Amino acid sequence: MMVKKIAQTLTGLWSLVVGLRVTGKNFFQPQITVHYPREKVESIEGYRGHIELVPKDNDPFTARCMACGSCARVCPSGCITLHIKKVTEPAVSAKKEDNSQKPEQNNQKAAPAKKTKTKRVLEAFELNYNYCSLCGLCVQSCPAGGLRFSDNVYLAGFSRKEFEFDLLARMRAQKEGK
Amino acid sequence: MINLPLPLIQILIGLIGILAFVGLNGLVLVYLERKIAGHIQRRPGPFEVGPHGILQPLADAVKLVGKQLITPKGADSVLYWAAPIISFAPAIVCFLPLPFGPKLTNIDINVGLVLILAFTGLNVLALCLAGWSSQNKWSLLGAARDISQSVAYEIPLLLSVLPIMMLSGSLNLYEISTSQGAWPWQWHIIYQPLGFFIFFICILAETNRAPFDLPEAESELTAGFHTEYSGMGFGLFFLAEYSYMIVACAMASILFLGGFNGPIVSGWWWFLFKVYALLIVMIWLRWTYPRVRFDQLLNICWKWLIPLSLINLLVTALFIKL
Repeated sequence: MMVKKIAQTLTGLWSLVVGLRVTGKNFFQPQITVHYPREKVESIEGYRGHIELVPKDNDPFTARCMACGSCARVCPSGCITLHIKKVTEPAVSAKKEDNSQKPEQNNQKAAPAKKTKTKRVLEAFELNYNYCSLCGLCVQSCPAGGLRFSDNVYLAGFSRKEFEFDLLARMRAQKEGK
Repeated sequence: MINLPLPLIQILIGLIGILAFVGLNGLVLVYLERKIAGHIQRRPGPFEVGPHGILQPLADAVKLVGKQLITPKGADSVLYWAAPIISFAPAIVCFLPLPFGPKLTNIDINVGLVLILAFTGLNVLALCLAGWSSQNKWSLLGAARDISQSVAYEIPLLLSVLPIMMLSGSLNLYEISTSQGAWPWQWHIIYQPLGFFIFFICILAETNRAPFDLPEAESELTAGFHTEYSGMGFGLFFLAEYSYMIVACAMASILFLGGFNGPIVSGWWWFLFKVYALLIVMIWLRWTYPRVRFDQLLNICWKWLIPLSLINLLVTALFIKL
């Protein structure tokens, strides 16, 4: 009992020396932080900014989003509001080009046809970033892979209004900018 | 010209010198502490004010001096403002009998060791008053912790100093220094390695340094006994803590490491070198170990340090008699 206790204390003391060695080694190793305004980090891979919509591969102005609303349902903070318009169109129609820009025209054209199908079209994707906790559940739950994290490290603003985004408009504005 | 007695002039000059030394040391130690902490955590530490942030402690000091002194509602204002002064003033007195060099002792008093041990004990009273008069639960808890901690650790501290008194046969710090030789194998630490170990742990606890910083445990008690203090009230506590660190390390180097004696040429440079080396070890320890729990703190003292220091004392007495 006594011997065991002393042995325990000695190993404890040795662990103190090991601890000192670890911090001592780190003291002499180069720093891993950067002096921010003068230097910047090279890669921000893995950074989680607010979410953004992923455009379709063949059409950069249309989102992959199919307006199912599972992101809005799963969001624990209720940041996401989807504005969806139900569009009736012929089942055979495969017109991609004016789907996104003129949904009303589509609607009128499709109305007279007998064989119709109701489609949900995304009009606006409202994100209230003020309440977002960046948990990423929306990104995980999206069945179309239509959401990802943006990488704007320098996002800043003076009022809450500046953190309420319409992600669809943002995506289009970005593409037009490019 | 007024005819002042010579010892008074000597004490006055000494006090001015000590105040300057304490103030300057405060700045240097704050800078050292933050730089070492930074480098241990692989970051640069203060870097923006002056080259490599060397003026940062000065900027902090100016900020502290410029701040408003606020007495919290319901606090006992006399005791509340007396506490930082009671904490800081004895720290200055403790510098008086320290032999910095062969001819650099302010008061050559033959009970120097007792004087320092007695005056450092006053710090407990100051922290107790600060905690009690702040009208704040955290302050009170911090004060209560400090008292039980200091009372417990004073015992092994004294018991580890006693063998040195036996070895050198004196309470005079200058004589204790000169009873040791210039080379490391002539120092008391060779005869008293356990004593040095216990003494060093005890001064960590007595100066409330991590891993024994329970009276001001940031994560539990915000800032412990000085939670309510603003401006220079806090500044004085801070300065007092660093002064006690210097006094404690100076004691360790006088008692165990030969004081101003050193290889080749003895002098104040060896003394300062030893003191600063010990201070750096203290800072290194702070940024390595986590804070101990309160029961662990008292267990270390009552179950290990006191019995070990008693054994050490008895064995030393036996060897001296033989």
